[in-house]
Amino acid sequence: MPPVLELKGITKRFPGVLANDHIDLTLEEGKVLALLGENGAGKSTLMNILYGLYKPDEGEIFVRGKKADIHGPGDAIALGIGMVHQHFMLVPVLTVTENVMLGMESIKHKLFLDREVAARRIHAISEQYGLDVDPYALVGDLPVGIQQRVEIIKLLYRQADILILDEPTAVLTPQEVRGLFQVIRSLLAKGKSIIFISHKLKEVLEISDNIVVLRGGRVAGTALPQESNERSLASLMVGREVILTVAKEKAQPKEPVLEVENLTVKGEGAHIAVRDVSFSVRAGEIVGVAGVQGNGQTELVESLTGLRPPQSGVVRILGKDVTHASPRVITEAGTAHVPEDRQRDGLVLSYPIADNLILNTYYLPPIAKGMLMQEAVIQQHAERLVAEYDVRTPSVMTSAGSLSGGNQQKVIVARELSRPGKLVVAAQPTRGLDVGSIEYIHSQLIRKRDEGAGVLVVSAELDEILSLADRIIVMFEGRIMDIVPIEKATREDLGLLMAGVHPDEHSADGAAIKEAA
Amino acid sequence: MSAKDATHKTAKNKMQAHRSHKRWRTLLTPLMAIVTALILGAIVIAVTDISVYEAFQQGVGAGLLRVVEVVATAYGAFFSGAFGNPARMVRGLSIWITTGDGRAWVQSLYPITETLRYATPLIFAGLAVALGFRGGLFNIGAEGQYFIAGLTTVFVGYALTGVPWFIHAPLALLAGILGGALWGVIPGYLKAKTGAHEVINTIMLNYIAFRFAEFMLDVGGPMARGDGRPVSPFVQPSARLAQFFPSNPDIRFNIGFILALLAAVFVYWLLFKTTVGYEIRTVGQNPRAAKYAGMSVARTIVLTMALSGGLAGLAASTDILGVIGFMPNAFSSGYGFDAIALALLGNSHPFGVVLASLLFGALQAGARNMQAIARVPLDLTDILQGLIIIFIAAPAIIRALYRLRPAEGGEEVVMTRGWGQM
Repeated sequence: MPPVLELKGITKRFPGVLANDHIDLTLEEGKVLALLGENGAGKSTLMNILYGLYKPDEGEIFVRGKKADIHGPGDAIALGIGMVHQHFMLVPVLTVTENVMLGMESIKHKLFLDREVAARRIHAISEQYGLDVDPYALVGDLPVGIQQRVEIIKLLYRQADILILDEPTAVLTPQEVRGLFQVIRSLLAKGKSIIFISHKLKEVLEISDNIVVLRGGRVAGTALPQESNERSLASLMVGREVILTVAKEKAQPKEPVLEVENLTVKGEGAHIAVRDVSFSVRAGEIVGVAGVQGNGQTELVESLTGLRPPQSGVVRILGKDVTHASPRVITEAGTAHVPEDRQRDGLVLSYPIADNLILNTYYLPPIAKGMLMQEAVIQQHAERLVAEYDVRTPSVMTSAGSLSGGNQQKVIVARELSRPGKLVVAAQPTRGLDVGSIEYIHSQLIRKRDEGAGVLVVSAELDEILSLADRIIVMFEGRIMDIVPIEKATREDLGLLMAGVHPDEHSADGAAIKEAA
Repeated sequence: MSAKDATHKTAKNKMQAHRSHKRWRTLLTPLMAIVTALILGAIVIAVTDISVYEAFQQGVGAGLLRVVEVVATAYGAFFSGAFGNPARMVRGLSIWITTGDGRAWVQSLYPITETLRYATPLIFAGLAVALGFRGGLFNIGAEGQYFIAGLTTVFVGYALTGVPWFIHAPLALLAGILGGALWGVIPGYLKAKTGAHEVINTIMLNYIAFRFAEFMLDVGGPMARGDGRPVSPFVQPSARLAQFFPSNPDIRFNIGFILALLAAVFVYWLLFKTTVGYEIRTVGQNPRAAKYAGMSVARTIVLTMALSGGLAGLAASTDILGVIGFMPNAFSSGYGFDAIALALLGNSHPFGVVLASLLFGALQAGARNMQAIARVPLDLTDILQGLIIIFIAAPAIIRALYRLRPAEGGEEVVMTRGWGQM
């Protein structure tokens, strides 16, 4: 029996870039093929070719042994190929049924939408694959994980049997990832075939039957999950040995650079996001803030950096009260801030890299003399930082928006860490980045610590906290559950703290239950 | 030259080379848009001419010949109305050289000076809207700012007496800048402090400005001339802007045009060479990043609207002090609305706005001649302007027509973001 899908020698050139270079892939029926690669390795280009959004310059596509000409998504859908994009294509104000039937509506009396027929089919699909989606729910009210299932239902409704999932876990919580994997397994059991695009090694090892690693537009290698491990995949992906654990000396903490006392911050709307929080960060140490997303970390960072005025409490940087200071005062006090959302807060995407590298020093000499910007100085400053911080770009005049996520983050890290400063506040510094960039940014944060700065790292990735931090603050519902030194931190205890449970209480409870039994 | 200077220089050259390449790419689409609009305009001229149909009844050859004739006459008249008749210019020049009488030469320059005169207020108003776009603000209020500035300018122009021209004219201009700026600051402040959308508020302030001007200038109003007409008194001669050809009263080309060019250079310098411009552009592109970078978003919005209003005000000042000499009540200029098209056509770049304004000025001047000579209605100008704007706003049409590749980094039309994003 021929494979469900076969790509042979796919090549795609863009001006100045060879995005795909003679790529071959084979997808067998009922299997998961993982497509692994760093940002910019050519995964998305390849999938867009398969989905008919790009035309390949060379190469052929075979679906179930027959040569296929795909000129647009319509052709792809007709061949049973469906794609769940990383950013969902859903209309939030419509119901699940309306979203799913969009583009192939059931009609009654020639004029009216027949929602009932569509809803019944959606219900049936939902039952069949264990998706558990209410056809009448408004999409905007659904959590991200369920919205993703709506996308999958859209494909199944169109009778797709080759499903492309583009970075499906990037937006999910660990629990939702587990749910998605169950859905994938039930899809496979019904004979569907899946291409799973990711750069998360653990997930790829867990879910896939076959792994193809792309690097620089070429197939760097193929692997079977049972014969691979994270280290071997990472080095295939990056093209060299990768250090997955961060090498660092023991911290030598000195005087406090950031002191927070009884800080309370309001979130959006009226709810209290940060409740009566006190801690300090000392020079020469990295303090990690762990917690499930949405437990006050964002608001905490915003109020420390002047973007959100606190309700009450005191913030001191190097002994100076900056509780109600503006972002500029806090920056000038020697604070570097790597913001949580790099595209929304940290960059002006339409600006060239050079102009982004001066975002918070544009008014200071030597960048500006009086009110005159010094173009040559800005250019040299940019070329120096781009070289020093390994930003991969054709030129410093390239717009920040055209860089990959990893390189965008390097621009921000270069700008923030190149300034002399005693405090670094880094929020989700490696979210969505590939292994090579993560490794690099971690090493830069540690370098800054070793140079004597205090570093506060906020991350939803427990692995990141465990490998970087010297002390760990765990937040839950706006409060600090505990502050744990790295020597005493275990993944299990931190997990319980993140869920709002003190490990001692938990074991006490456990004991109590045992006794009762 | 030291080694350091040399590296400075190469760095600067590289940057400029990159930018000039980009500039050429951005010029191509507007150019092709204009050409396409002229071709479609020719079709409109041909199909609306009765003589073409009559000629076609005699045969296809005669019909096609007539089409060529009609279009050639119309565009010929259009060209000579916008730029002048080359034969008359040469004749005028030779009379001037042989006899020393320059009157015919000056008269032959009338069309091109009309183009420049029409372009002058358009440049100011276009710069006003373009600056707003750069700052993320959609200033639809240039028209209202124009009216308020007209009142302040004309008041200083006629009420102040006994001061020399080199004080009076600048003061009257300044009054216009301040009047326009005031009318710009109001919606700017409302946006910065309350988030009220400037599109709504500038439109509403337009109406207030129109009615206020009516109240001031109507017969019996505080600023009416008192001769039974709803117009202001004439401004003092000392407030008038210098004319280039004072000997020929037909030609109303004045120093206002030079001021408009200087304003474009100033806006360019401010936007791209100064920290203030960097703040304006950053707030325009990404207000959250501007806040993160320590800029005062509110202050920058108010400043942008003040500058924008001031520029719109200068459109009124130069019109009144340079051309009309007083302010009529029924004064609907339409500049404020053309300005939006100009900013779009010029891609919100000051020099682009100047080019676009010259084009619109030429369309205005040429169309009048075309109506007089070829009997093609003035309204063809509106059709041409409309077509050009459509092609600029939808560059995909032009690219598909001429098989152009999209500019690298994608299309970049500088306009404000959507509604209510802050």
